[in-house]
Amino acid sequence: MSTPVLSVRGIEKRFGGIQAVGGVSFDVDKGEILGLIGPNGSGKSTLFNCILGQLKPDGGAVTVKGRDVSGMRASELNRLGVGRTFQQLSVFPKMTVLDNIILAGQEHHGTMLSRLFGPGDAGLTEEAEKMIAFFRLGHLRDTLAGSLSYGQQKLVDAAMAFMAGPDLVLLDEPAGGVNLTMLANLKDRLTAYNAEHGTTFVVIEHNMEFVMSLCTRIIVLAEGRVIAEGRPEEIRANQTVIDAYLGG
Amino acid sequence: MGSRMRVLSVLVLLALALVAPLGHGNYIVYVLTSWLIFAIAAMGLNLTLGYAGQISLAQASFMAIGAYATALLTLAGWHWVLAMPLGLVLCFIVGLLLGYPALRVKGHFLAFVTLAFNTLVFLVLRNEDWLTGGSYGLVGMPRPDFGLFQTMKQLHFYYFTLGITVLAALVMWGIVRSPWGRAFKALRENPIRAESLGVDTRRITLLAFAIGSVYGGLAGSLITPLVQFIEPGSFNLAHSLRILLMVVVGGAGYFFGPFIGAGVVILLPEMLRFTEGYYLIIYSALVIVMLIFVPSGLIGIGARLRDRLRPRREVRADMHEGARLQ
Repeated sequence: MSTPVLSVRGIEKRFGGIQAVGGVSFDVDKGEILGLIGPNGSGKSTLFNCILGQLKPDGGAVTVKGRDVSGMRASELNRLGVGRTFQQLSVFPKMTVLDNIILAGQEHHGTMLSRLFGPGDAGLTEEAEKMIAFFRLGHLRDTLAGSLSYGQQKLVDAAMAFMAGPDLVLLDEPAGGVNLTMLANLKDRLTAYNAEHGTTFVVIEHNMEFVMSLCTRIIVLAEGRVIAEGRPEEIRANQTVIDAYLGG
Repeated sequence: MGSRMRVLSVLVLLALALVAPLGHGNYIVYVLTSWLIFAIAAMGLNLTLGYAGQISLAQASFMAIGAYATALLTLAGWHWVLAMPLGLVLCFIVGLLLGYPALRVKGHFLAFVTLAFNTLVFLVLRNEDWLTGGSYGLVGMPRPDFGLFQTMKQLHFYYFTLGITVLAALVMWGIVRSPWGRAFKALRENPIRAESLGVDTRRITLLAFAIGSVYGGLAGSLITPLVQFIEPGSFNLAHSLRILLMVVVGGAGYFFGPFIGAGVVILLPEMLRFTEGYYLIIYSALVIVMLIFVPSGLIGIGARLRDRLRPRREVRADMHEGARLQ
């Protein structure tokens, strides 16, 4: 049996007297698109931040490709092959779309010194243009990212997460605030990328239609614990999940 | 601006810089040399603040370190060409150390840390008179002599400084156009996102301080032979604030901003001298007006005019794109 790309074991996190995450465990295999859903306050974002090292869990362990990543800085995690997007817009507004995408790849090429004395684009223009074209942003290549629409910035954000060719990408509410037409574009591109590269995704999302149509497996959290796990159609029919969402 | 236009503009500016001192007396040439030297110091702060977004009120203290290191070594018989690099290495190391607080504190807290550092350097220079000459400073530093080219004459020293300025600007151009430059801008705009994309923001922060400090040191190592007299008061907090003003007025984060800013802060008061007692009032009022109406700096005027005369094309093509996808 192959090593899971991501393995979460017994993650716990408390904030004062509140148990935000209470012993969550799961594995994600190569090429899977795992959805993490749950009502507000269920611990999704806390769990995400524990996985990505932005919060120190009170217990448990996280391994990526079999390597313990506890206490690892975000930049080290990225160089290990973990990409991510943020809930809030996270592009570099005063840089062009091309520069945003090149930046996302440059730290994976050469050494610190070669990045000073080598070419300004770190030899990545062609690769970045391909990524821009893949996300259908070609007409915006030289536009400042800050002047794009919200949905376009979400696409740039996603393209940045993929530029370094990661094995695992964690997407934090990628559909949040995106209009329906742009959402279709985003889902289409994520599915295509997963099919082409076999990249593993973990997605936090509130938009049920989006997550049900994108993910191959879904984990439902409520009050910091896993209450259900299964294929989208199983989750859709699960009474515990319906009760948790409707407060039943 | 297209790259051809940019190259042409630089060549025109360089030609202007070459002819600017001709036909003028020593004092004007001295002021023009000061402009170049402060432009170098401002270039360094522009990297730290304008590109990397790390506030520093200590640039004058790095000028001091460069100036005193060069002065002590040249007074000991070293040639300027050998003394200057040692001053720069010292500035790099001290700048790197000053960068460490920036890893923990941001914004106005960082400003206070750097302000305290500037005061500390000032006090060391004033009190350690066995080394620095204390309040009396150091005097009589020689100007560099290159055999066939000597810099004793004010005009010759101007061209020597211009050469160094062009070299420093080329190196800075290389830095800001390199992946390092992109990482500096990413640090300024969104450090958390930059870190998540593999940018080692700690290392980049330290480098932003260290490289910016080296430029301060280079400016200091040129002040030493220009004035041939240095004392602690020439590098106090007021001078750090002046360099900050140069960066802000010129346009923080713009490559040519420091040259324009240093021009305003150094040259404008001289141009206003005909108003006699009123020149400082007029100068201050002009700076306030500039900061109110052009907060992005004087270099930002061009972009604002261009946007007004030729609005950018519509980029919100998402509805069109979405419709096409369906």
